[in-house]
Amino acid sequence: MNALLRGCTVLACLGLGLGLAWSMLELPPAPIQMPGLVASHMDQSGVDHPVTAVLLNFRGYDTLLEVAVLLLALLGMLAAGTTPLHASSFKEAPMLTALARALTPIAVLVAGYLLWAGAFKPGGAFQAAAVLAGAAVLLRIAGLLPSWTTPADGLRLALAAGLLVFLGVAASGLALGGLLAYPPEWAGTLILLIETSLTVSLALILAGLFLAGPDSRPPEEQS
Amino acid sequence: MPDLPILDLTLAAALLFTGWRTLAAPDLFKAVVLFIVFGLFMALAWARLEAPDIALAEAAIGAGLTGALLLDALGHLRARRHGRSLQDPQP
Repeated sequence: MNALLRGCTVLACLGLGLGLAWSMLELPPAPIQMPGLVASHMDQSGVDHPVTAVLLNFRGYDTLLEVAVLLLALLGMLAAGTTPLHASSFKEAPMLTALARALTPIAVLVAGYLLWAGAFKPGGAFQAAAVLAGAAVLLRIAGLLPSWTTPADGLRLALAAGLLVFLGVAASGLALGGLLAYPPEWAGTLILLIETSLTVSLALILAGLFLAGPDSRPPEEQS
Repeated sequence: MPDLPILDLTLAAALLFTGWRTLAAPDLFKAVVLFIVFGLFMALAWARLEAPDIALAEAAIGAGLTGALLLDALGHLRARRHGRSLQDPQP
């Protein structure tokens, strides 16, 4: 009976998968040629890399809301409270500590490069932030970085800075014609400003998902 | 004999295999490790599809950070099961 049920499930899944694949192949070609549209507006975007141009200029809304969602996720997690079991009892491991110490400066360098490279080739705020957050997680596991439950004022500001700067730039665009409409001659600078603040905030948010927890160390050591 | 895209075929097979193993693994720790491996293969696949932006994001966020978070959660689960002392997040 169980085997029969399983067989039926597998058959149903196969059927669904094949049906989906078939309908994908049957889709009519998209009515708008997005790549061409993007390519023809690249000179107004302020950057030289189409992905960055789409993410931060043509479709800035999506990125703005994505950042807001991430911040809300962390706030929700902090509000829900962390489990008291989150021990700061990662074992002392000399190799791990040495590795974390050696890798962190490189991670910061790579993050800076990724952020800068976003303007003209693959890279950007999200990738840079993920690398920074990875370094923070490594430091936490090695016991070099304390965890935090209630972020101090500076940390709160840094967590929200990305979204605030993005919102500020988006709103100031209102005076010039529309939400998130950058003047072309300023677009490059504005995008770099947004991406830099986003990198800091996103790195802290992503790392915060891992770092949030009761802390045994005094608050002035928290960063 | 026509030129077979051996690398791509292997990659697709590895993706399907690790995906299936991730879902089917009875041991949660094994499943998390397989999930990380799946993320790395996925990043390779994005790179092969000439989407380096997504490949970077997948490797850093999908495989790296999500893997760390899942391992952390696993540590919590084990600690809760074995009482209050969290000795080691990994078995």
